[in-house]
Amino acid sequence: MSGVEWQLVGFSLRMALASLLLILPVGLALAWWLARKEWRGKAVVETLVSLPLVLPPVVTGLVLLQLFGRRGSVGSWLHNTFNLDVVFTWRGVVIALAAMSLPLFVRAARTAFEEVDVKFEQLARTLGAGEWRVFFTITLPLARRGVLAGTLLAFARALGEFGATIMVAGNIPGRTTTLPVAIYQAVENGEDAHAWTLAGVSAVSAFAAVFISEKLQRRRK
Amino acid sequence: MTDAILTATFHKQFSGGPEIVAKDLRLGGGITVLFGESGSGKTTILRCLAGLEIPDAGEICFGHEIWFQKSGKIFAPPQRRHIGFVPQDYALFPHLTVTGNVGYGLNDLSAAERAARVAESLRWLGLDGFENRLPQELSGGQQQRVALARAVVRHPKLLLLDEPLAALDTPTRLRLRGELRQLLRQLGIPTILVTHDRFEAFALGDQMVVMADGRNQQSGPVTEVFNRPANLAVAHIAGTETVLPARVLKVADGIVTVAVGDVKLVAVLADFPADATEVHVCIRADDVMLVADALLGASARNRFSATVVAVECDGPLLRVELDCGFPLKALITPQAAAEMKLKPRAAVGVLVKAPQVHLIPFAR
Repeated sequence: MSGVEWQLVGFSLRMALASLLLILPVGLALAWWLARKEWRGKAVVETLVSLPLVLPPVVTGLVLLQLFGRRGSVGSWLHNTFNLDVVFTWRGVVIALAAMSLPLFVRAARTAFEEVDVKFEQLARTLGAGEWRVFFTITLPLARRGVLAGTLLAFARALGEFGATIMVAGNIPGRTTTLPVAIYQAVENGEDAHAWTLAGVSAVSAFAAVFISEKLQRRRK
Repeated sequence: MTDAILTATFHKQFSGGPEIVAKDLRLGGGITVLFGESGSGKTTILRCLAGLEIPDAGEICFGHEIWFQKSGKIFAPPQRRHIGFVPQDYALFPHLTVTGNVGYGLNDLSAAERAARVAESLRWLGLDGFENRLPQELSGGQQQRVALARAVVRHPKLLLLDEPLAALDTPTRLRLRGELRQLLRQLGIPTILVTHDRFEAFALGDQMVVMADGRNQQSGPVTEVFNRPANLAVAHIAGTETVLPARVLKVADGIVTVAVGDVKLVAVLADFPADATEVHVCIRADDVMLVADALLGASARNRFSATVVAVECDGPLLRVELDCGFPLKALITPQAAAEMKLKPRAAVGVLVKAPQVHLIPFAR
């Protein structure tokens, strides 16, 4: 592989990892909230979280573009408060990847949390543990396989994301171009060898992530 | 129970389930057995006391603390009650070793102090050598002791045990029953223990509370509850073998004479309501004595001539069904039966001491 190709792979991996960092706290909180609590409007939140799974990615991208653009509600706030721009920067890539892979992570983590018997959490409370300690010492360790499997799925999803990324971050070589976008570009330009090399890298990483994820989920009792 | 440390009056109903009521529950020190059949609500009561369920209404006070008060919107979560809780299946944390399980509640201590306390309690329960085992690598009896160690290592103010022996096989259960009694005695922590087993109630309890039909029916020393059930429900759960309706003939100086059919029985009973005319007579099978001749024996007893109806095995003892004008059940040793040549249709003398005849006035 050429230096450009290595740069592409490295950038895509970094972006996917960054989106994971964004997803983990939000997704864990959301998954726990959905698994353990009953509240009004829960069904609406459930649907909203899963929506990016079925919505055309470009539509999700369009919504994000609207939200994070300089005139969008979140985008203008970020620009005015922190002087941060999201759209057409690497931050836009991270946001797009996070939005697209969050549903997969939340669904896997939620199932994992639901499979943890509440009796262990209740017992921990009788031993003086508060909610945070119960979560980090009982719920999360007992759900670790499912959560890890969800993390890998989300990571694989982020590596392969195309539609939302190109809407929010565009295709700026060396700055916002990710692997799938580069493959599309290469085919457009008739650089078939380049496209196939990148496709191979994608396939191998996706295979590894799904393979390990499946293995983890099956090993749960 | 004059100095109660825990007082509770509350009710709790799960959707589709019966209402579970604790009325004027007063628990002192020592070991209190919460006794009842499955479904009688004893586990719900225990879980409400632990703070794992929130009652629909009422109040729970422990010492000077209010743990729950509906009207004052007070609810102390389990982590603030400083209790030790051992559920029926122990709920040992499957991802933690024995040391990790037992030390879980000691996280506010320094590592050295925690290790010392864990080691001490493991030694006390004969679990040294098992420190690094996972729960699934332990026998049922060992798991039970780890669960107990985990609950008591924090020196809780109240210990709650839900059927602590029910998950064990019979030989282990019998062995651990005596052991548990001794351990709880040594600890001296006020304990509430849920069980449906009469022998366990006898072996482990100082006081007992009988649950039936979703509410607490009677409280008192274990032997008193078994010998003097307050109502038919309690007599049924306590396993009183002979319960028969009777008419009151005479009440004088604490001695009550009743008639079961044509047979007169004498009972010695303090505070018998003077206006009661109809009662249920309760006689425990192990209080019935059989003799070869009805004329033998001391005075102040109920003596009858009886015919043996049936003899059957009940564990190591024999259960004898008698007809002495009314059906009566007795429990005797096989040796005594052999000595008297007991067999169906044989004639035998029956003695029941008057203080062991218990009367329950008809529900007013």
